[in-house]
Amino acid sequence: MTTGVRGRGARIRSAAWAYGNLVPFVFFALFPFYFMLVTSLKSNAELYSLASAPLWIQRGAIADHYRFLLERTEFLTWMKNSLVVSVLSTGLSLAISIPAGYSLARLRFPGVSSFGTAVFITYLVPPTLLFLPLSRVVVWLGIADTIWALVVTYPTFLVPFSTWLLMGYFRTVPKEVEECALVDGATRMQTLIRIVLPMAIPGIVCALLFGFTLTWNEFIYALTFVSQTANKTAVVGVTADLIRGDIYYWGSLMAGAVLASVPIVICYVFFLDYYVSGLTAGAVKG
Amino acid sequence: MAVSPRVFEAARLPGAGRLARVHEWWEQEHVFGYGLILPALLLLTGLVAYPFLMAVYFSLSDYWVGSPGQFVGLANYRDILGNDVFRQTVRNSFVFTGIALTLKTVLGVWLALLLARNLRGKRLIRGAVLLPFVIPTALSTLGWWWMFDSLYSVVNWTGIRLGLLSPPGPNWLGVPAYAMAAVIAVNVWRGLPFFAITVLAGLVAIPREHYEAAEVDGAGAWSRFRYVTLPLLRPVLAVVILFSTIFTFSDFNIVYVLTRGGPVNTTHLFATLAYQVGLQGGNLGQGAAISLFLFPMLGVVVFLQLRYIRRE
Repeated sequence: MTTGVRGRGARIRSAAWAYGNLVPFVFFALFPFYFMLVTSLKSNAELYSLASAPLWIQRGAIADHYRFLLERTEFLTWMKNSLVVSVLSTGLSLAISIPAGYSLARLRFPGVSSFGTAVFITYLVPPTLLFLPLSRVVVWLGIADTIWALVVTYPTFLVPFSTWLLMGYFRTVPKEVEECALVDGATRMQTLIRIVLPMAIPGIVCALLFGFTLTWNEFIYALTFVSQTANKTAVVGVTADLIRGDIYYWGSLMAGAVLASVPIVICYVFFLDYYVSGLTAGAVKG
Repeated sequence: MAVSPRVFEAARLPGAGRLARVHEWWEQEHVFGYGLILPALLLLTGLVAYPFLMAVYFSLSDYWVGSPGQFVGLANYRDILGNDVFRQTVRNSFVFTGIALTLKTVLGVWLALLLARNLRGKRLIRGAVLLPFVIPTALSTLGWWWMFDSLYSVVNWTGIRLGLLSPPGPNWLGVPAYAMAAVIAVNVWRGLPFFAITVLAGLVAIPREHYEAAEVDGAGAWSRFRYVTLPLLRPVLAVVILFSTIFTFSDFNIVYVLTRGGPVNTTHLFATLAYQVGLQGGNLGQGAAISLFLFPMLGVVVFLQLRYIRRE
């Protein structure tokens, strides 16, 4: 943290000490993923032999588990369902939260702060508190057991989250810019769309990424509201439908877990900084 | 910002009349403001507030899947409070949340201090450490399930090779204390990045002068941490801990995938028990009553968070 006037030797020692302390953390974080990947590439003969070392591949990597997953299960359907649900529910949520976030961050009207508080409270409500009544609501709406049950219910946690996140970003847009546009004769809606939104693009990208990640990863609603195999999302399909009667399913189970995480890993690799800023904004700016 | 006359000027379009009046009305700050939050408000009322009230109603009735029950007052609450499985669940929830939260806080602050240093490859290390938080929890927990397998556990294999465990090693998911340890370990694994990254943001915001002043006074590393870093981190830590309390307390994914609440209910949390009773058992009334026990904790957290925000 502080370098001060210490010598070069002391600095190197201190950096080595920090790296040494980080190793266990990085190992702890990454080992499960490494092990899942290794498992998915091993032959059954090697996986279920107590004589072989589980930590690495000894008898050659094979793609059998992946082939099984793609050819003999509904994995690709699940992936497609996840994609449709994530894109639609994230889009719907943003269409609702962008105006709401702008209104709460920027406009003055009676009750605005109570609305802000209400959004914050719903942001803290855990999905596990509401899954039972929502499972009845989707039945009444006639969308139970379809992907629409998820498209409709995912905004319940996404809208509070992205509204809260976007409020922070809208507050950083200088007020003068908006006022200038209004003076020049733009309507309020034009000001929002042409002036404020372009300046809040980092926030919108962040909300999109988090929306996609949160909906792709969602588990309890997808598990509860959908029971037909053909309508399941990737996370629930892999978790619930790949376990067959015998015990020799680990290879394909891990292959499914790896493949179903790929879209998130891709987003993550390209937009790491957005994830970091969204994570801290969600909790800290609050 | 008050509604300025210019806004009305802007609204005076050619072909005035009803359309212009509607336009004028819409350009008023409060009308525009309410208009923009209306969709969010409808959604949150219809799909959060209303279902919450439904949960309260369910919990006061003997509602089963397929038979809209009758009002039974507090009978469900009386039943579950007298039930051993439920009492076990309450104990589990506090043990789980207490231990997991302590570990996440201590390790998270430690990790944040390490990440705050200006090391080469900093970005890569941060990326690696944050990964457990973004990968679907249910899927990574499948990986942990396999790592804790009773026969092929890689944890036991490695521990035995290193001489840390005596063969055959613990049956992680089959013995209550070990199963709880396993569930906590996975929760810490997944939640640690959130603590570390958020605390890191708090650390970066501390002005350097504070440390320089402390160094001039001859403060060592520990006293700098104890008397400079920690007090200045308090607001961030308070928010993170409160936030994590509610989401650890209401966890579902990890327990459901790893143990299904077993062995003999020793890792059940409110959410997994509510799922088992309300959905698998079909007893929506009791299930709703169980999940509503999350509400007091939520209430406390909301109260403290709001008080904290107001003070800011």
